[in-house]
Amino acid sequence: MSILHTVNKSAYERDTLESCVRLAAKGGSVLLIEDGVYSAMSGGIKSSVIENAKGNLSFYVLGPDIKARGLDEGRLIDGIKVVDYKGFVELTVNNDKVSAWL
Amino acid sequence: MSDAKKFMYINRKAPYGTVYAWESLEVVLIGAAFEQDVSVAFVDDGVYQLMKGQDTTEVGIKNFSPTYSALGDYDVNKIYIEKESLEARGLTLDDLQHLVWEDEDEDWAEKDSIRVVTSAELATLFDEHDVVLSF
Amino acid sequence: MKFSIQVSEGPYNHEASVTAINFVKAAVEAGHEIFRVFFYHDGVNNGTRFTTPPQDDINIQKTWSELAEAHNIDLVVCVAAAQRRGIVDEGEQQRNKIDGNNIAPGFRISGLGQLIEAGIESDRLVVFGD
Repeated sequence: MSILHTVNKSAYERDTLESCVRLAAKGGSVLLIEDGVYSAMSGGIKSSVIENAKGNLSFYVLGPDIKARGLDEGRLIDGIKVVDYKGFVELTVNNDKVSAWL
Repeated sequence: MSDAKKFMYINRKAPYGTVYAWESLEVVLIGAAFEQDVSVAFVDDGVYQLMKGQDTTEVGIKNFSPTYSALGDYDVNKIYIEKESLEARGLTLDDLQHLVWEDEDEDWAEKDSIRVVTSAELATLFDEHDVVLSF
Repeated sequence: MKFSIQVSEGPYNHEASVTAINFVKAAVEAGHEIFRVFFYHDGVNNGTRFTTPPQDDINIQKTWSELAEAHNIDLVVCVAAAQRRGIVDEGEQQRNKIDGNNIAPGFRISGLGQLIEAGIESDRLVVFGD
């Protein structure tokens, strides 16, 4: 079974992304939402959390939350896919269950 | 209702600083009445929920830690503690409550409910459950 | 698919309730069914009709009430969490002898069993919180 993990806080504020990545089985997907989208930006000291996990997990980021925060999609970590709310719903359908890292 | 589903409750927050530890325990206890297959995991600061010797008298709020010992009576006997979370906090199992259940299939023999597992083992366990509820 | 949602935080303090609203809208648009939205912890505060947010911002509580009506969505506020935080319907008002009630249209107060049932009966349970 595959899990869609959601992470809603910045890795600079809280360690939920690091816990998620530590406890997510290979083949899972991680969707960054709300303040979690900050972790998707490249060039920060926490970027390595995603860089090191990309081989095992698929990473996604919620586009509306990126835009709300004035972030540039062009500066996302390589390999992260941007989805909208419709894509969020599709991710929940295409994985067996959802696990929210709060 | 549908066939029994495997529920996994993940606790990641310390007690008292926020309400999540207590209100999630209420969900576990109510959920136990629904005859589903229930597991509870304590991860990150969630391991602090099981610390022995909690005394809230001077703070003046309810000490709900004795409630964990009732989990066995509610057939909640699969309690997983992440080894890495314990070690990162300088804790051992001795710091935590000893939770048990009574196996009616073995003459009510008392057994340990707590299993310490690695991150990798817990990741696999999460995958094997149908519903994951996080607090 | 049949979805259930848990909203664990109140309106405005956290983005959770708004993300949940947008998720529900997208799910309905895609043809999915929303079995139940369960409000727990401070999430129960989404269920008071006494809010008057400024006109130039989303009215979170009203949006939930409108979604419930438009798509026949069951909005359930946990009774234990509601009692702690002062979300009251007529039944609770009478039972606990409170001098008023504040539940918003489309919301009902019920037990935690409704959350468990939602997990059992739905294909997906999605949690929005802090």
